Amino acid sequence: MTDNRSEETDVTAAVAIAEQKKKKDRDAWSDLLASLSETRSKVDFSRLYEHFAPRVKAYIIRFGMPVAAAEELTQESMLAVWRKAHLYTRSKASASTWIFTLARNQCIDRLRREKAVEYELPEEEIDPDQRHYGEHAVLEERMSGAISKLPEAQAQVLYLSYYEGKSHSEISEQLGIPLGSVKSRLRLAFSKLKAHWGEEE
Amino acid sequence: MKISHHLDDATLIARAAGALSEGMTLLVDSHLHWCKTCQTKAWEAECIGGEVLADIQPQAMSEGSLDALLGMLDACEDVFAERAVKVKGSAEVPEPLAQIVGSDLDAIEWKRLGPGVQHFDFNLPEQGACRLLKIQPGVSMPHHTHQGNELTMILRGSYSDDVGRFCQGDVADLDEEIKHQPIVDTGSECICLIATEAPLKFTGIMGRLAQPFIGL
Repeated sequence: MTDNRSEETDVTAAVAIAEQKKKKDRDAWSDLLASLSETRSKVDFSRLYEHFAPRVKAYIIRFGMPVAAAEELTQESMLAVWRKAHLYTRSKASASTWIFTLARNQCIDRLRREKAVEYELPEEEIDPDQRHYGEHAVLEERMSGAISKLPEAQAQVLYLSYYEGKSHSEISEQLGIPLGSVKSRLRLAFSKLKAHWGEEE
Repeated sequence: MKISHHLDDATLIARAAGALSEGMTLLVDSHLHWCKTCQTKAWEAECIGGEVLADIQPQAMSEGSLDALLGMLDACEDVFAERAVKVKGSAEVPEPLAQIVGSDLDAIEWKRLGPGVQHFDFNLPEQGACRLLKIQPGVSMPHHTHQGNELTMILRGSYSDDVGRFCQGDVADLDEEIKHQPIVDTGSECICLIATEAPLKFTGIMGRLAQPFIGL
């Protein structure tokens, strides 16, 4: 890498501005979701829907669902957002984390229902007092910056996991690298991102 | 319960990403039910997912989908069928697992797999394997090969291998690159839940089951 200080500063400043805007947006969505259980406002819900439904749909398609099923599952997920809004705690997770987790559970539920095996996932909300949530907004802001700084090899396995729901073996096959390398890259990415929680403790 | 062997971070990312097989999800959720340490990490893995996915390229919904949904909001209680009645877990069976096998390990219809080994196969309609194994003292786990990851969680008793000693609640989170042959290391039987990404292949007939260990 060339040592060009001024250029690096410019890039850092640009990234910082972009991050700042992202954080503002993220906070606004989280606030809106947090107030939904009180207000039961359909106008607010519509705003959340306009923003998140197309993203959830994109996620479910990448997850491997056919488009028609994805649309239906998105509707179910957004309905669950309305119905479970009282379970959302602003200090625990961003709106994005909460809604995508909900959508993931809807996908898993659907697949499971098709196979007719029933059991309940542990609720995401168990024993909130026992976890070190800290000031979550601050942590997620730091983490978001950290994700963009991951080495490409680590970011790649992270994206293949979260975006496409690919298993370790599938990633290993796709990239032509040993299973152990997939796992160690994921572990490295996780510990780097996790360090951002560590700073709080 | 003191848990000393935990899930691999990479496994928790796969869970948060919805990338685990059904059997592995069942095992991971069962462990999470008992393990606060991994619960926290599982939550962190979900937060990372939320951050990564926040930047996803949106896909437009079809026209009228918002209106259709708004019309359902007031009646939405009816839309959701109530979940199946919950089976309570027990000291030996975490709740997610109890939904499938009940909460009493002794009430399970075990089938003989080989000398000193019984099993109960969940016969999940998918590629990987998920089953319970009941192994007598001094007997080792059946020799098997598999591709990909293999998770084992102890429900009763204990076993030892090169990695260490595994007791109730512990998970061995291994992949194909690790060769190990655990042996039940006390006078009591060991019951464990085992889930793999790819089908299990038992090798070399059951005769390859290790002989009872001298001195145990």
